Amino acid sequence: MKIDKESIMQSTTGTDLETQIAFRNFNFYYGKYKALRNINLDIYKRRVTAFIGPSGCGKSTLLRTINRMYELYPDQHSEGELLLDGVDILGKGTDLNALRARIGMVFQKPTPFPMSIYDNIAFGVKLHERLSRVDMDDRVEWSLRKAALWNEVADKLNQSGMSLSGGQQQRLCIARGIAVKPQVLLLDEPTSALDPISTMRIEELVSELKDEFTIVIVTHNMQQAARVSDFTAYMYLGELVEVGRTDDVFIKPTDKRTEDYITGRFG
Amino acid sequence: MAWVFRKLMEGFAIVDNSTTSSSRTNWGDKVFFNLTRFFALLTLLLLVGIIASLIDGAWPSIKLFGARFLWTGEWNPPMERFGAVIPIYGTLATSLVALVIAVPVSFGIALFLTEMSPPWLRRPLGIAIELLAGIPSIVYGMWGLLVFSPIFAKYVQPFLAATLGKLPLVGSLFEGPPLGIGILCAGVVLAVMTIPFIASVMRDVFEVTPAMLKESAYALGCTTWEVVWNVVLPYTKIGVVGGIMLGLGRALGETMAVTFLIGNMNFFNGFSLFSPGNSIASALANEFAEAESPIYTASLIELGLILFLITMIVLSLSKLLLMRLSAQEGKGT
Repeated sequence: MKIDKESIMQSTTGTDLETQIAFRNFNFYYGKYKALRNINLDIYKRRVTAFIGPSGCGKSTLLRTINRMYELYPDQHSEGELLLDGVDILGKGTDLNALRARIGMVFQKPTPFPMSIYDNIAFGVKLHERLSRVDMDDRVEWSLRKAALWNEVADKLNQSGMSLSGGQQQRLCIARGIAVKPQVLLLDEPTSALDPISTMRIEELVSELKDEFTIVIVTHNMQQAARVSDFTAYMYLGELVEVGRTDDVFIKPTDKRTEDYITGRFG
Repeated sequence: MAWVFRKLMEGFAIVDNSTTSSSRTNWGDKVFFNLTRFFALLTLLLLVGIIASLIDGAWPSIKLFGARFLWTGEWNPPMERFGAVIPIYGTLATSLVALVIAVPVSFGIALFLTEMSPPWLRRPLGIAIELLAGIPSIVYGMWGLLVFSPIFAKYVQPFLAATLGKLPLVGSLFEGPPLGIGILCAGVVLAVMTIPFIASVMRDVFEVTPAMLKESAYALGCTTWEVVWNVVLPYTKIGVVGGIMLGLGRALGETMAVTFLIGNMNFFNGFSLFSPGNSIASALANEFAEAESPIYTASLIELGLILFLITMIVLSLSKLLLMRLSAQEGKGT
């Protein structure tokens, strides 16, 4: 499968698109099983890119390579190039902790740490920066405001993060991610465990956060991809089938498989 | 075929009619409820019974010595004067030494097994640690007496005396002749005996920490240590404290190995960990057979009662600790 890169580039000329993350001839393996085949993909700075596709197509796998989360599991490995701001981050010399400070991640389910709301946010910041108490207070407030959670928790920062509702917990996790001031925010099906109202709030949040962060979102929900993303990548069986501006992919997909998926013929 | 089937269905229908389904389940539920309640209450009853019989058995000694029993250092069977300081100190000191060594070591083992070990090493190591728990305590006792304590006297004790023994305050715990057997030696062997319990409980609870929770800490840029210390440990604190209590329970009550190693000395000469002493469990094991006078027996039973109380106090303290910890974490869950 060859991606028609020219057409994408043409459709995007005239805007100030800047590549933040680039996959080049990227392959990924679970043990011997090749889960991702020859991925070539550009993710643009301060845009929302959505990965869609049926279960098991490799979209979460692809997302998890960006912060090299797979390194935790010895039988998983990658091939090819993965460039962040032009620098290959797959090399042995990459400082993983520093890399992950530049790339925040939010998971399918809310994962507040077993500590207070304040400490949930301060924890990540303390790993990378030494801030005075006042600066830390400011940072916590800043990130909670960014995550649209401040008004709900301002008077109970000392309560356990686990005491919040599911939607609040997920926004706490987003706040925790952005408190470290990353460049990229990875969202792995962030609303799959949430009710419709919480989902809506997270989607609004994504649209606001893209002014400052490059956002990559994996979603099962095609309407969500259509609502929140600027670019959409459709994946199927470990291959990147089609990628382009979200409007183009949804309105006139060039590949038959994409069309079948988004029109609901399967998946 | 069809006929057989129809008959079968009728059969079921008849059964159904004779005992209407709702009354059947109610009756079953009732029996089951009462049965389980009986078992649950039985443990409570046993506990009360054991305490009552201990108090009853110890009564002559409680009446004669009163509270003095707890702080008298003399244990003199011929004169029939008894005090519990030596065995209480021996029990607490050996268990404390055991925990001080076993908890960090077990934490390291569990951490390695769950987070850092290559997968092929995980199983053999895990099994080896569980096998350590299966070695009978008398084997530990013999090994400790014949193999470990000579080495301990020759190398470890002189080293400790030359290093820790020179410090102020702590130093007095590490003075005296290096005899090998004694409170410290018993404590070290107890540590070896409790490590498998604590380590395997810690490993099990570390393993149930959701992968996503750990990943979200790694995703912030945590090192493995930071993940385990700040996220896994607080998340599993109840299980970890439970594991430590299991180990402590074993250390407090351990009889055979301690009897071999503690020296069984009933004279109190200072708090040094090098000196031989006695523990409650080993005093009971050694002396019950020769206790002829009623007051001697009663005093030994009172020792048993004290051991029981110590265990209960320790358990309550651990509950208190957990409550303090969750208060730190933030109110309300």
